[in-house]
Amino acid sequence: MTRDEIFGKIQTVLVDALAVDAEEVTPGASLVRDLGAESIDFLDIVFKLEQAFGFKIAQGELFPENVAQDPKFVKDGKVTAEGIAALKARLPHVDFAKFEANPAVTKVGDLFTVESMVTFVQNKLGR
Amino acid sequence: MRWMWIDRVVELIPGKKLVAVKNVSLAEEHLHDHFAAEPKQGLPATPVMPACFILEGMAQAGGVLFGHANGFAFNVVLAKINRAEFLREATAGCTLRYTAEMERMDAGGVGASVKGTVALLDHARPSEGFVAIGGVEMMFSNLDNSRGQAGVVGVDYPSGNFVFGESFKTLLRSSGF
Repeated sequence: MTRDEIFGKIQTVLVDALAVDAEEVTPGASLVRDLGAESIDFLDIVFKLEQAFGFKIAQGELFPENVAQDPKFVKDGKVTAEGIAALKARLPHVDFAKFEANPAVTKVGDLFTVESMVTFVQNKLGR
Repeated sequence: MRWMWIDRVVELIPGKKLVAVKNVSLAEEHLHDHFAAEPKQGLPATPVMPACFILEGMAQAGGVLFGHANGFAFNVVLAKINRAEFLREATAGCTLRYTAEMERMDAGGVGASVKGTVALLDHARPSEGFVAIGGVEMMFSNLDNSRGQAGVVGVDYPSGNFVFGESFKTLLRSSGF
C-alpha cells in the first residue's frame, strides 16, 4: 500500500471519528490542536484504524499514555530529556524535531499529526 | 437513586451482547410536558418519549454490557456518541427494546465501542412485532484515578463504584442475571 493510499484511509477514519471535513485532514494537521481530538477520540481512532487496516494496535503503541503523570518525565511543565528519550523509543513514527526546541508538556498533543499516523501505519504494514 | 431508563434485561451474553426493554408509560410525568397542548396554536398534547431518554436507555444497556464484562470493577461512563438516529417516536403503551452489541473492547478495560439498536413494539399492532426505529454508535470509558488518559487530569473521583450501585444490581437480579 502506498503512502497516498494509507493517507486516504486515515483521512476517512479521522473524518468519521472527529467529525471534521476531509480538507481539514492534511498531513501536517495536529490531531489535538487542529482537529480537536480529545482523550476518548484517541481510543476511537485506534479502534477504527484496526478495522481499516486489519491489524491490532497495543495499548500505548500509537499514542503514549500517562507521560504527563510520570514525575521522571515531566519537570516544571516541561518533558525532561529522559522523558523525550522514552517517548522517542516508544514512538518511532513521531517527528520530535520541533517539540525538542520547546518540550512543554502542553505541547505533547501537537506531536500527533496525520503524517505521524501515516508513518505508523506504513511501519506496521511493512513488518 | 439512579434514574433508570431500562426496566428489564432480557438477554445477556457476557462481553458480547445485552438486550433490555423499557415500557413507555403515561405515569412518567415528563411525557405530559413533551409535548403539552398549545391551545393558542390549536395543537393538542402529544406525549412522546424524549429522544434523549431513549439515548440514555440505550447507553445504560451498553454501559451495563461493558461494566459486566469487567466484573463491575470500574466506574463506566458514556464517553462519546459517534452517531445517533431515531426514525420514529415512542408513545405511551409501547415497549422499547435496546440491543447493545460490543464492537471492540480494550484489553485493560479502558474503553469500549458499542453498537446499539433501538426497536419498538406497538402493543396495538402485535403482529408487526419489534420494529427497528433507530441506531446509536457509542463509546464508553472508565473513570479511574490512576488513569489520567481515561479521566480528567487533576480531578479525584469518589472512592468505590458510584456508577454500578444498588439500582443496577437490583435490575440485574430481578432480571434473573
